[in-house]
Amino acid sequence: MVVAAAPAEVALVLTELGLVVLGLGLLARLADRLSLSPIPFYLVAGLVVGRGGLVTLDVSETVVAVGSEIGVVLLLLTLGLEYSSEELGANLRVGLPAGVLDVVANAAPGVLAGLALGWDGRAVVLLGGVTYISSSGVISKVLADLDRLGNRETPSVLSILVMEDLAMAVYLPVVAALLTGGSLLAGLPSVGIALATVALVLFAALRHGGVLSRALLSQSDEALLLGVLGTTLVVAGIAAQLQVSAAVGAFLVGIALGGAVQERASLLVGPLRDLFAAAFFLFFGLQIDPAELVPVAGVAVALALVTAGTKVLTGWWAAKRMGIARPGRLRAGTALIARGEFSIVIAGLGVSAGIEPALGAVAAAYVLVLAIAGPVAARYVPALVTEGVERSRPAPAGH
Amino acid sequence: MMAEVEETQLPGVGVRYDFVTKEGDRVGVLAHRTGRRELLVYDSVDPDACRDVVRLDADDTQTLAELLGTSHVSERLADLQQHIEGLTIDWLPVSATSACAGRTLRESALRTETGVSIVAVVRGNQTIPAPGGDFSLAPGDTAVAVGTPEGIKELFRLLQQG
Repeated sequence: MVVAAAPAEVALVLTELGLVVLGLGLLARLADRLSLSPIPFYLVAGLVVGRGGLVTLDVSETVVAVGSEIGVVLLLLTLGLEYSSEELGANLRVGLPAGVLDVVANAAPGVLAGLALGWDGRAVVLLGGVTYISSSGVISKVLADLDRLGNRETPSVLSILVMEDLAMAVYLPVVAALLTGGSLLAGLPSVGIALATVALVLFAALRHGGVLSRALLSQSDEALLLGVLGTTLVVAGIAAQLQVSAAVGAFLVGIALGGAVQERASLLVGPLRDLFAAAFFLFFGLQIDPAELVPVAGVAVALALVTAGTKVLTGWWAAKRMGIARPGRLRAGTALIARGEFSIVIAGLGVSAGIEPALGAVAAAYVLVLAIAGPVAARYVPALVTEGVERSRPAPAGH
Repeated sequence: MMAEVEETQLPGVGVRYDFVTKEGDRVGVLAHRTGRRELLVYDSVDPDACRDVVRLDADDTQTLAELLGTSHVSERLADLQQHIEGLTIDWLPVSATSACAGRTLRESALRTETGVSIVAVVRGNQTIPAPGGDFSLAPGDTAVAVGTPEGIKELFRLLQQG
């Protein structure tokens, strides 16, 4: 640890870092102006200034790399914090059928594409995860922006997001274990161990999470924020040491926290997550040579088209089960199309493990397409279809 | 008859309450975890979608609740008064000439005489709630009495002259 860096060095680091954050801030502003998710903008920025890009960024990459690690941890912490254990439990009973359809319909295209490309088994499993998981961040923002939170089809959308959240609790440790195994088959025994560990931790968290929540609860926002953040980083560090992946550790902390701590912590961590997640997306883009995108563009776009369709199907069916009429089913389906932060997190696990060089590029191109197309489709497709249906109806008599 | 309110949990967002009005419109309130509220008016053609969404912060919610609530509260009060019709509550002064002054409530046997209960006595700036049988009334006290109008009249007479 550098305690006394030369003043000139400090000045340089601060200026560089400031410029990077400022640049990301401008991109976020642009994305907001266009009512789009900032994620694709950060990715493109990373592509442009990174390896093989137009200009190379001089910022000490370690700074961005550490920021990006914290970004993953905070993304997973907030994913765990998003729903209380009661909400998870209640939803499991109602949402299971739609959740199962969601996994089958949306992971399958990714898995098939990976197999067709002749990828390593572990990369195939990761690509299935990339195409499976919707972006709960982008989707909740779209629903709020379009004033659809109160709509009657929205519970079926949220229910699917909750099921995906639960699925991550199983999927992430499995992937982490597979990646340490060296190959798909060699990883299988450690998958069993990882799953057992996570099941144990989950059980303890749901049963005795109150102890942790009470210990961290404080009147002071500062004390609460630092306590939660510190606990999460320590657990993430230990998890990484045990080869269970830091992301899994952070996620479990999020799940374990409940009650007042959960609600306040998710508000307090939000802004920090936005900062570090931006660093994470930037770093992910930095590692990819834009030239790598060209050969995989076809695959990524085809995958995006197919899995946009399968998500619409999933949402349609889930809404239909809840007695929602056709226009509402279409709104539910199109709302779910967006992929984003978690697809990148999953691909990032593979990239940092150094398997399948094309995985990062495919995931980046895929998310670029769907993080932009998802919100646009959610906004315009339902209205266009409804209009089309009305126009095709015979004009009412008497005019 | 109040309409049945449907409650729907929205994981990660809050709770939605909605009901169908007598006229057949579906109206709802979305209570965000953050305390923000949205007033929802559903569409008549597409009953799953909202035709209008009004965002309300904590103050707006108070204002709207008060506007909607006032008439409701006064209706309720009128209701309540009907239930205790036939019963009167009154504040009666105790005069120095009254036979009751200086005697305990048990000795004057006011309740047996009039059927009226003295539920409290105001003496100076002090209030004695639920005075017992050993409590003696003093000139200048005010007795808070509950009973029939006839009983109250009778008690008033006793407390004035005795």
